[in-house]
Amino acid sequence: MNANPVVGTEEAESYEEQHVHEVYEQIASHFSSTRYKPWPIVSSFLSSLRPGSIGLDVGCGNGKYLAVNRDVFIVGSDRSSNLVKIASQSQNQPHAAVVADSLALPHQKDRFDFAISIAVVHHLSTRERRREAVGAVLECLRDGGRALVYVWALEQKGSRRGWDEGGEQDVMVPWVMKSSKKDVGEAGETEKTFQRFYHLYRKGELEEDVVEVGGEVVESGYEKDNWWAICRRPLKE
Amino acid sequence: MKVLTLNFLTCAVKACKSSTASFPLHPKDCELVSDTIEANPALIYNILPRVDWAALMTTASELGFPTLPAQAPTKEELEADEKMMGELHTLLLETQISEGMLRCGNCGHEYRVKEGIANFLLPNHLV
Repeated sequence: MNANPVVGTEEAESYEEQHVHEVYEQIASHFSSTRYKPWPIVSSFLSSLRPGSIGLDVGCGNGKYLAVNRDVFIVGSDRSSNLVKIASQSQNQPHAAVVADSLALPHQKDRFDFAISIAVVHHLSTRERRREAVGAVLECLRDGGRALVYVWALEQKGSRRGWDEGGEQDVMVPWVMKSSKKDVGEAGETEKTFQRFYHLYRKGELEEDVVEVGGEVVESGYEKDNWWAICRRPLKE
Repeated sequence: MKVLTLNFLTCAVKACKSSTASFPLHPKDCELVSDTIEANPALIYNILPRVDWAALMTTASELGFPTLPAQAPTKEELEADEKMMGELHTLLLETQISEGMLRCGNCGHEYRVKEGIANFLLPNHLV
């Protein structure tokens, strides 16, 4: 299914409210139960950090990356308070999680050693807002700090979804939630389908966005249906 | 929400970030609870150089904790002083703000902390 085009900022906000935020709020616990395995590149980025590093997980979801490295301190944030509740549970100690919008982060500029933003900026409905979100993450980094950004790829030849080069990039992706009815008289399981908005990145697009907001790409690549980039702010002379 | 977390949070309003008055946020009408967290001295030594000590002193005093030393203790000082280590562990990692507000000293906006979770979503007029 193709997504509707979005024009203005207010329109983009209410569109994302309906097609991203409300969906995650409703599917939070089911979504969380399916998201437990850290992706290898994210794990190796987090494991490579110096003990005592302070970082951000912007769009932390259920907090599955918080538990990877307990020698650093991560402040996770997510737009969905139901997901933040899950992320704040004790298995994710010593880390923390707060409710925040990725375009209005409650963090100081130039402060953090690292940041990750995994499967988040592709939920923003205009390129301007996606760039702004990458810029907001970079802004939090101190000189020399690095951020790992991960987005869904358009090029997914191997996936069952059938997306590939040249296809529509703004799409709605269904999330099918099965739930059992508890009310008397209603039998069995019911299915409810939620549609989430995604922008599928084509090859090179993420790197363009990083550069556009003044960042530098240190390393980038493709891992299982996703594009990723490790980026930083240019070092000062 | 841990006291340590407060050291890495500021006002979400863009215009406040360039103002020194926006950091740290000021706890208001806060209820504190204490969680038991396994001691991890290495984590404390390692993160202390990244903690804004002046801001931590402000936060500790606003929450009613005894006055902290004027300078962050070094790793050697902490290794020699088990009591100070224990107090820092309690303050930074075990003390939680369970309910209350966090106020920005620049714009005055108050962020709610509910069931231990701080909410930084802004009302429309502040975005």
